[in-house]
Amino acid sequence: MTAMNVRIGTWFKYASPQYFYGLAGQLWPWFAALSAVLMGVGLWVGLLVAPTDAQQGQAYRIIFVHVPTSQMSMLIYVVMAAWAALGLAFNTRLSGMMASALAPTGAMFTLLSLVTGSLWGKPMWGAWWVWDARLTSELILLFLYLGFMALQSSIDDPRRADKACAVLALVGVVNVPIIYFSVVWWNTLHQGASVSLSKAPSMAAPMLWGMVVMVLAFWMYAVAVALARVRTIILERERHADWVQHALE
Amino acid sequence: MQIGCSMHWSSFSEFWAMGGYAVYVWGSFGLTALAMVAEACLVRHRRQALMRELRTDADGCVGVDGRTECGERCINAQRP
Repeated sequence: MTAMNVRIGTWFKYASPQYFYGLAGQLWPWFAALSAVLMGVGLWVGLLVAPTDAQQGQAYRIIFVHVPTSQMSMLIYVVMAAWAALGLAFNTRLSGMMASALAPTGAMFTLLSLVTGSLWGKPMWGAWWVWDARLTSELILLFLYLGFMALQSSIDDPRRADKACAVLALVGVVNVPIIYFSVVWWNTLHQGASVSLSKAPSMAAPMLWGMVVMVLAFWMYAVAVALARVRTIILERERHADWVQHALE
Repeated sequence: MQIGCSMHWSSFSEFWAMGGYAVYVWGSFGLTALAMVAEACLVRHRRQALMRELRTDADGCVGVDGRTECGERCINAQRP
């Protein structure tokens, strides 16, 4: 075996729940700490440094939680679907465990996105809810997450549950680009993108940076929570393995 | 990019009032914070509950730190 093969082979050991349990245990505190630091910076910039908005006054500051929760609701679903695809392709237990670990966090962020959006919509649009394309597709995303979790609970055999949920996750992932492009494809009340890859952002620098830092903070939080949760899921599912008995001591 | 101490609030009550939008802004931040803290607590609770369950063997004895503490049903375990 060449040196390269040995190195790649070393990485594959983390596909085993036993080894990933240890790795996740070492990693999640770092992500949690990073999240806390970024949260502090983001809140400082967003609440103290960023100026008042000309049209929306102080209400716009909801952006510093609304955008991160929305971004995470979409990102987590895509990552969940990616783990689902890996699980279906390689029949690995850990893939299903990771997808299961991500779902509750994704559902929470989706709900928060809808709620913070409502709290922003009421003063700005005069309505708690409108059936526009973005809001409706985000609501559907919530149903997909909840459906994933319900389907998981309803099937006793974890491996079969993983497979069924994987199919659901993959079928539902088409909703994510719909949410993202809804403000382009349809005539929506929800505003269009302020940030794009091709032109300068239309918002003031502190607003933009506060938003970016908060998105990163929520991302690190999601990673930390998912890694912590998957450790419990691994123990639950592998409880009869010898290594679990040793891990309890 | 300049981030200095250029705060836009002349007093704490102004900060708290958020230009009249306090309910919406602090409601959003508050619910988000609450949800994230609650989730972290739930994750921890789930792990602790599992650990307790895994450490309790079929005789009802809870193994803690290598010692066995006997519950009512436990008759065969070694007493510490």
